[in-house]
Amino acid sequence: MVSIWFFIGLSLLVNGVLIFGAGLYELWNPPAHPTVELFNLHASVWWGALMTVIGAWYCYHFKPGQKKAG
Amino acid sequence: MTIPSAFIVPARLVHLSAVDVVIIVFYFALVLAIGFYLRGRANTGEDFFMAGREMTAWVAGLSFLSANLGALELMGWAGSAYQYGILATHWYWIGAIPAMLFLALVMMPFYYISKTHSVPGYLKLRFGEPARAVSAVSFAFMTVLMSGVNMFAMAKVMQIVLGWDINFSIWVSSITVAIYVALGGLRSAIFNEVLQFFLIWAGALLIPILGLYEAGGWSNLKVQIAQRASDQYVHLWSGLGSFTDNPMGINWIGIVFGLAAVISMGYWTTDFLVVQRILAAKDIRSAEMAPIIGAGFKMFVPLIVILPGLLGLAVLPMKLVPESVAAVTGAHSYNDVLPLMLARYCGPGLLGLGITALIAGFMSGMAGNVSAFTTVWTYDIYRPLINSKGTDHHYVNMGRWTTVIGVLISVGTAYLVMQFASIMDYVQALFSFFIAPLFGTVILGMLWKRATGPGGFWGLLCGTVSSVSMWAWVKADPSALRYVALSPHAKALAQDMFQALWSFLVCVVVTVVVSLATKPKTDAELTGLVYGLTPVPSVGSIPVYQKPIFWAGVVGVVFFVLNIYFW
Repeated sequence: MVSIWFFIGLSLLVNGVLIFGAGLYELWNPPAHPTVELFNLHASVWWGALMTVIGAWYCYHFKPGQKKAG
Repeated sequence: MTIPSAFIVPARLVHLSAVDVVIIVFYFALVLAIGFYLRGRANTGEDFFMAGREMTAWVAGLSFLSANLGALELMGWAGSAYQYGILATHWYWIGAIPAMLFLALVMMPFYYISKTHSVPGYLKLRFGEPARAVSAVSFAFMTVLMSGVNMFAMAKVMQIVLGWDINFSIWVSSITVAIYVALGGLRSAIFNEVLQFFLIWAGALLIPILGLYEAGGWSNLKVQIAQRASDQYVHLWSGLGSFTDNPMGINWIGIVFGLAAVISMGYWTTDFLVVQRILAAKDIRSAEMAPIIGAGFKMFVPLIVILPGLLGLAVLPMKLVPESVAAVTGAHSYNDVLPLMLARYCGPGLLGLGITALIAGFMSGMAGNVSAFTTVWTYDIYRPLINSKGTDHHYVNMGRWTTVIGVLISVGTAYLVMQFASIMDYVQALFSFFIAPLFGTVILGMLWKRATGPGGFWGLLCGTVSSVSMWAWVKADPSALRYVALSPHAKALAQDMFQALWSFLVCVVVTVVVSLATKPKTDAELTGLVYGLTPVPSVGSIPVYQKPIFWAGVVGVVFFVLNIYFW
């Protein structure tokens, strides 16, 4: 049975990649008038990267076929 | 026909980009995929209604917390933090942690070893059929109504935040929940609740991080709140000496005895919506550890709920107003503070994740209500009162159909609330009527062997009637609040606390008096149901750091330190 932790990893990984990608796009193509406060911190980049790393670890550690079921 | 105030809304708060939409669509696809994947593992009653009783402590514990962490909870308490300050944290700390630890260490062993399917099921074993019938019918009725109220609230939020059509939100979310719960039963609901727990944290945690950065740290935030509101908005206990010294209009007696000792104990230990998740644990140690793990995370939920409300007080340029004023003026209400903070800091991608967190919160609450309703209907109403001779397969089919019907009743309730918005207040009040007396009945049943069936039944009934009577009295004559809450300065929230306290005491007194006048059960009949007559199974010979009592102690110490720090 596929572990619940694998599904969580998959969710974090896919969302992390999307957010990280959106952040990089804004980093390289900054809007003339940012609509959010603290735009200069580029939260999408580091938050997306963090989610990607955590998600990838969960996906690897709990990949289907292992014994650790949730 | 006049337009309900619920539909007078300001312009949408945020606009989604393509990547936000992809994130939201991916979420719906994933929860449905989990439901379809698990459909083959929900063929027996134990599988469908109890998730096979094979959940680990972590899965059961996070699901236990997630079922309570609905988006109404997130947005409502963020709004309360804006309105009342840090006092709202009491509902997460003293109003939750002691009760969760009590459930883990004292009550869980009895629920677990009795192998009951539900809390009404325990009442049947302990007090007989009448007590179960009162509890099961009231719980089933209120659960689907609450689910409908939550559904309407979600649709309204999506309309305000995103400009989505209210019918679209109601039907998409309800059909999704109906599919994944009907297919995979409780296991599917639990798996999705754990997933939703992670999404809620991933989507909401950036707000306090960026908010504290903008405010210049906690010390500067306190200064700004004191300037814009009051110094009392950042103190947890120091203003609770009297009703007039704090923004909530309550005192420490209401918080300690009403909230912590009765309402919180009642909710966390007897509300089947949350207890069902623990009953699915794989063994007694997991069943005890699950609420402790839930309590550990619960202590930090104020980070993503209360802190954004407090930050809103300091950094938002506009002043938020009560819902009633917002409905007339079109201004933003207190309940909008979380979406407003989301829109303030989150750009493309992060915004989609934040909205997904809100949707996940709503759906976890709805799925929790529906799966609990399904179990109570099938095991505590349909099987004992309508058809007691069905096969296991028949009851599983009944569970699947009840899931769909429960969702449809919820949708009907949502449309009813849409027409008559005041129903929402009544339904939420009704739900609170049953919590305190039910706790009195269950706790006496577990701890006092002399409590009898008639005592339990009449105590539950009288406690509930007294609660309804007090509520109706204050509704008819608002000045009566001074008698219910013992002060002319008490405000609305104080009423709930004291009403619960009195109804609990009525339940206990009636149960004791009737029990002493009726014939008790023999000790042999009460084995496995009452403290002192039941050998509580040991968690086994394990190192001290793996024992539930050790981790309960750790959580207790952190809880104590936090309360002192924010005194």
